[in-house]
Amino acid sequence: MAKIIGAVTTSHIPAIANAMANGLEETPYWKPFFDGYPPVRDWLNEKKPDVIILFYNDHGLEFFIDKKPTFAMGVADEYYNSDEGWGIPTIPPVTGESDLSWHIANSIVDEGFDMTICQEMKVDHGLTVPLNLMWPGHKYGHVKVIPVCINCEQYPMPQPKRTFELGRAIGRAVESYEKDINVVVFGTGGMSHQLDGERAGFINRAFDIDCLDKLVTDPEALTKYSNIDLVEQGGAQAVELNMLIAMRGTLLGKVTELHRNYHAPISNTGSGLMLLEHEMPK
Amino acid sequence: MASNYTDRQFQGTYLFDGQMAKKGYGLNKMCYSFNDQVARDEFNADPEAYCEKFKLTEAQKEAIRNRDVIGLLREGGSIYYLAKFTGLLKLNMQDIGGLQTGMSTDEFKAMLEKNGRGEV
Repeated sequence: MAKIIGAVTTSHIPAIANAMANGLEETPYWKPFFDGYPPVRDWLNEKKPDVIILFYNDHGLEFFIDKKPTFAMGVADEYYNSDEGWGIPTIPPVTGESDLSWHIANSIVDEGFDMTICQEMKVDHGLTVPLNLMWPGHKYGHVKVIPVCINCEQYPMPQPKRTFELGRAIGRAVESYEKDINVVVFGTGGMSHQLDGERAGFINRAFDIDCLDKLVTDPEALTKYSNIDLVEQGGAQAVELNMLIAMRGTLLGKVTELHRNYHAPISNTGSGLMLLEHEMPK
Repeated sequence: MASNYTDRQFQGTYLFDGQMAKKGYGLNKMCYSFNDQVARDEFNADPEAYCEKFKLTEAQKEAIRNRDVIGLLREGGSIYYLAKFTGLLKLNMQDIGGLQTGMSTDEFKAMLEKNGRGEV
């Protein structure tokens, strides 16, 4: 049977891609951020997961507000990045996992999550930056990725309690999949940040660290926040914490924190890297 | 008139709800088009004509002309699409932060450092 063996939280901001493209990892500004990653890379290279389920939000590449899915997932064998408006060089395609994707879709829609199902889906920095962080030089082609996209842009958007339940449903779907494969779940984005308005630049370090603690030991506490509570505590774009909450929902068994690196700021955000190990009861 | 999503308000924060999405539709659609180089070139060649093509309101055109990010937010711009407009102007997120808060980019960066250390 399929197993979720662990999970990762990581930032996904475009500035990381620029820093990596320009070889800035060892500069004083970036070093405290990038220094967190080798233990996670080592763990992934040792465990060699077959599939990554990756929660992210689209920032206006695949989806425009003409039609904005609340939840969307890919079921394709391959995904492409594209110009997001800044002329970023196009990067290698991301490998998909169609069979497990459809299994998840069948299972969660039957449970009541009305997912938009995509056979073609351009994936933006929200998905590609985390993959490149884990396998630098865009060497992620060997890992199969299932993109799950959550609306974090336009209200109304799904509340933390709903994204946590979505994660639970995906967790149940994976654990019921008959093939013997290992899955790791990425929750990307966040943490506290605000890009827009006179309140731009808002970061709440104490709140971020509390969220990371609760993701490990008491995720249900995070589901008590509304999105507007997250805006108040963490800034307008802190609603991206929904991706971390969804990730945590997929972990139905015992969770152990293996590694953490909180650093702020990178660009305008608080960055929370965390590696969790997961085991279902025997 | 679309209903507000919430009555809760935070100073200096523009929640992008149905009312804003309706008001800013043409503006955001124009900014979304900037994903394509051809569109960026067309805008740069004649910004006024390009704004007209997407039926921007006078207030939106004025804010585009003045690179007035706060004005664009007030007129229904979503930061995710406005970032494509400001990217076209070769401004990064700290430049935009400075523009919105009345700081220089360096002052804004210093504030981020301070906030990141939790000195608030």
